[in-house]
Amino acid sequence: MTNLFPTIVSRAQSSNIMNIFVPIIAIILTLITGSIIFSLMGFNALFALHTFFISPISTTYGISELLVKATPLALIATGLAFCFKNNIYNIGAEGQLTMGAIFGGGIGIFFHDTNSFWLLPLMIIGGAIGGSLWAMIPALLKNKFNTNEILTSLMLVYVALLILDFLVVGPWRDPDGYSFPKTRPFSDSGRMPLLFDGLRIHIGLIITLILIIISWFVFAKTIFGFQLKVSGFSPIAARYAGFNQKILIYLAFGICGAFAGIAGLAEVSGPIGLIYRDISPNYGFTAIIVAFLGRLHPLGIIFASLVIALTYLGAEDAQLFMQIPAAVGFLFQGLVLFYLLGADFLVKYKFEFKKSK
Amino acid sequence: MIKLFKYFTIIISFIGLTFSTAYAGPKKVGFIYIGPPGDHGWTYMHDVGRKHMESQLGDAVTSTYIEGVPENADAVRAIRKLASSGHDLIFTTSFNYMDQTLEVANEFPNVMFEHATGYKRADNVSTYSARFYEGRTIIGHIAGHMSKTGTVGYIASFPIPEVVRGINAFYLAAAKVNPDIKIKVIWAFTWYDPGKEADAANTLINQGADIIVQHTDTFAPCQAAEKAGVLAFGQASNQEAFCPNAHLTAIEDIWGPYYAARAQAVVDGTWSSTDTWHGMAEGMVVMSPYNSKLMSPELIQEAINMEIAIKDGTLHSFEGPIYNQAGELVVPEGQNADDGMLAGMGFYVQGIDDELPQ
Repeated sequence: MTNLFPTIVSRAQSSNIMNIFVPIIAIILTLITGSIIFSLMGFNALFALHTFFISPISTTYGISELLVKATPLALIATGLAFCFKNNIYNIGAEGQLTMGAIFGGGIGIFFHDTNSFWLLPLMIIGGAIGGSLWAMIPALLKNKFNTNEILTSLMLVYVALLILDFLVVGPWRDPDGYSFPKTRPFSDSGRMPLLFDGLRIHIGLIITLILIIISWFVFAKTIFGFQLKVSGFSPIAARYAGFNQKILIYLAFGICGAFAGIAGLAEVSGPIGLIYRDISPNYGFTAIIVAFLGRLHPLGIIFASLVIALTYLGAEDAQLFMQIPAAVGFLFQGLVLFYLLGADFLVKYKFEFKKSK
Repeated sequence: MIKLFKYFTIIISFIGLTFSTAYAGPKKVGFIYIGPPGDHGWTYMHDVGRKHMESQLGDAVTSTYIEGVPENADAVRAIRKLASSGHDLIFTTSFNYMDQTLEVANEFPNVMFEHATGYKRADNVSTYSARFYEGRTIIGHIAGHMSKTGTVGYIASFPIPEVVRGINAFYLAAAKVNPDIKIKVIWAFTWYDPGKEADAANTLINQGADIIVQHTDTFAPCQAAEKAGVLAFGQASNQEAFCPNAHLTAIEDIWGPYYAARAQAVVDGTWSSTDTWHGMAEGMVVMSPYNSKLMSPELIQEAINMEIAIKDGTLHSFEGPIYNQAGELVVPEGQNADDGMLAGMGFYVQGIDDELPQ
């Protein structure tokens, strides 16, 4: 007689090819499930999928918007890969992004009547430092007191958002803004130059691509990348090899914070042009999905950021042309993550129906 | 193969549709919403207004909306999406869409824009808002009579002039009835977050408030009041169905006639950029039916009389003398605060025991 419930057994060797294909399988399953949901809602599934995934990028402006949305996601996700590869679960990229926007943007506000070539580079450096310093707090707490970085980094998100609130409502409020909670605009030289006239895609894309290529090099070719990977796979082996885990934690948090900080600065000095409370539509949290969907690999992250960015754009088109509620976009993100985790699990484990004795 | 064919016909008919509407036929009116129409508050009332406009203008207009648009760089994309898909008139219905609306309007000079509650205009951008504070005067008067603990809990969204003005109008009216009345303010820093709004209501109730006033978008605070057995005022729409034993009245936002008039102007080709600030007299601010289970007939009659006085101009929400918290006279005796002062109001009046977030 076989047991009704299978036991879960770890596979001796998980297939490498499957590891690469898991995200693709997850996306295909999401599309199939999505079509079923659309059909049940009474829509033509093909038309719905077309509206959702193709119509948003059928114009040059649409493609530019996709890149505007994907750029911060890819940059933050690459930063997160430094942490996640080392099994450091930094959930607080949103806070690090906010601090980057505050530090870098603060420089922009201080020099709001200055027009000089050095302003933007200074703001970018400020953004990187701001994000990095904020990420150092959970790193320090983890190294000194062995705190759980998931909790500390997450809680610091809300602290960062409150600091932002305080600044835009109080000392940084635009004196000509009828006491509305926003800062003065940055000067023109404090804005990210646009890549093309009439499109919102800006130089942040180039900065992101450069940082991703450097990250790929670090992961693949340097001892530091190797150390991150080894201590992620096996902390004991890493200690035996004499890697300094504490320094790795500082570095991983620091790099991730810097990337998130630059992403935050790029958002305020790119499409926004000033600082207010609501600068990020949760890029820091969404980037976690992007990092895992991209298998923590720079190339995969670029691909994943485009897919996730598309779900946001598609949700708007679906509302406009089909009167489908906005929540459907989040539903797609949820489905992708669900199938990704499910498929991941099946690659690592298998079910066995053992005969009971 | 058949499926492929179907797919093509759909796309082609779709493209055809877009083109045909661009040249003739009904005017397309688009709306940007900050929350879902199901909030039964702010966004709900804009959606009621949209439907009113459709029913008034019939075949002359069609309308669509995009809901839950964040007040950041994403708003540009959503507004632009409406502008680039053949919409003739676009309403952006939250304050923080202001710069984004102007940015898109600059790029689409032939599309008309209407931004709610803002102060920046352009040749193709109008602004419109309602004098919600007139309603605050009435609920302040009611609260002055009804509060037994003498403490009112006020859930505020952001320290912008519109909200500060509401708190001041409410307090001035309440203090006329009960000079010792206290207002406790919680700044929720959100327009739409039912969980946070309910938490704020519960905190205020625990601090002794027996009436909850809100300047956020959902009926969550009123429901929290109902559960705790205290009183509340609804916001934006009549929310009595959600809290029948707490709901005294609500300040309703009636956008429909304005939306219909502006859409008609686009149809007629007479639209021009304006700044509209209408109140009870024009019917943009309306009080929900007063709850006769909770309020005495005399108090209901007083409230109705105040409505009449506000409409005919004999009662103003900001009648001098008014002092600020520092004790300086800001509106002299015999005068009313002018619209300029009201529009940029960034101070509390004397007597409010709270500090504006600075």
